[in-house]
Amino acid sequence: MAEFSLPANSRIVGGNSYKAPAGAKNVKTFKIYRFDPDSGRTPRIDNFEIDLDDCGPMVLDALIKIKNEVDATLTFRRSCREGVCGSCAFNIDGTNTLACTKYIAEVKGDVKIYPLPHMPVVKDLVPDLTHAYAQHASIEPWLKSATPAPGRERLQTPEDRAKLDGLWECILCFCCATSCPSYWWNGERYLGPAILLQAYRWIADTRDEATGERLDNLEDPFRLYRCHTIMNCTKTCPKHLNPAKAIAEIKKLMVARR
Amino acid sequence: MSLKSPLGTVRGLGSAKEGVQHWWAQRVTAIALIPLGLWFVISVIAMAGAGHDDMAAWLSSPFSAGLAVLLIVATFWHAMLGVQVAIEDYVHNEAMKIGLLLAIKGLLVLLGTACVLSVIVLLLQG
Repeated sequence: MAEFSLPANSRIVGGNSYKAPAGAKNVKTFKIYRFDPDSGRTPRIDNFEIDLDDCGPMVLDALIKIKNEVDATLTFRRSCREGVCGSCAFNIDGTNTLACTKYIAEVKGDVKIYPLPHMPVVKDLVPDLTHAYAQHASIEPWLKSATPAPGRERLQTPEDRAKLDGLWECILCFCCATSCPSYWWNGERYLGPAILLQAYRWIADTRDEATGERLDNLEDPFRLYRCHTIMNCTKTCPKHLNPAKAIAEIKKLMVARR
Repeated sequence: MSLKSPLGTVRGLGSAKEGVQHWWAQRVTAIALIPLGLWFVISVIAMAGAGHDDMAAWLSSPFSAGLAVLLIVATFWHAMLGVQVAIEDYVHNEAMKIGLLLAIKGLLVLLGTACVLSVIVLLLQG
């Protein structure tokens, strides 16, 4: 049956509190999920008071400030700090998004930061994405062509190239997949919105010659058809893409080839 | 604990190469239920206050009885497809999943058959 009792390490307890420096006028509290599997303790929420007058405007700026100046053990992924690498995806203020493109000022009240939902946690804000990356590998995300490679680049009309817009921008941050209830309940077999959008990126590419094989691999009650058009993916995507539409296009092609 | 590679786990038993028929049937029955449902609701409202004999007379024409049978088949077929998806979504114990699917699908087939037979009985009485 569905699991109604919480698995081990799901109960979160209160944690440490760190006060803002004396004299700070513009204080915001960051409530951050902390979990250290080596300690054997259950997860906790730490409260960090930050002086916003001495901090950059983005949530990632505050996280880096905390790591540099308050608690160096705070663990999270980040790299590009401009929304193209997909590393700093967290559940911020109840919504999956990128810390580097989320303004602190957009959050009313305390800033709550949790790891991406329903993934195994490695430490603090770092989820284990091994399975999601393997799912990405399973759709073979590269151009496949039986025609011998031409001596120059493979040509594509501007119209055909435009079909990839809204797809190539995906940075694989997994905000969408981890906001999807179908991915929560059946993520072992359902590929989820991020991977299905990536799959459609190659299906829609006119230079690719493996469309039929790609559709064969997706034609499955769990891999594809667990999508029930809940649309959380499209709502949460920090790049403003539409994974739900990409999935719908795959479903249309499944019918078109019958 | 398994030392199977993550990609091996994801590829698993391969794709089932099905699901399109289920998805398509769910949409077709949904569309069919719009006119059939409207016909049924309007007909029943028009017969508000009528007795058993009037209802029997209404279903005694092959056309009305035919629409009623189509409504019954579309309704129970659609329900069966929907319930199957819900069970597959939420029930992760394999034995319980198969048991529930068999029980609920069997119940829906039984109810649908009973409804169709009722229409046929009324048709033959008329």
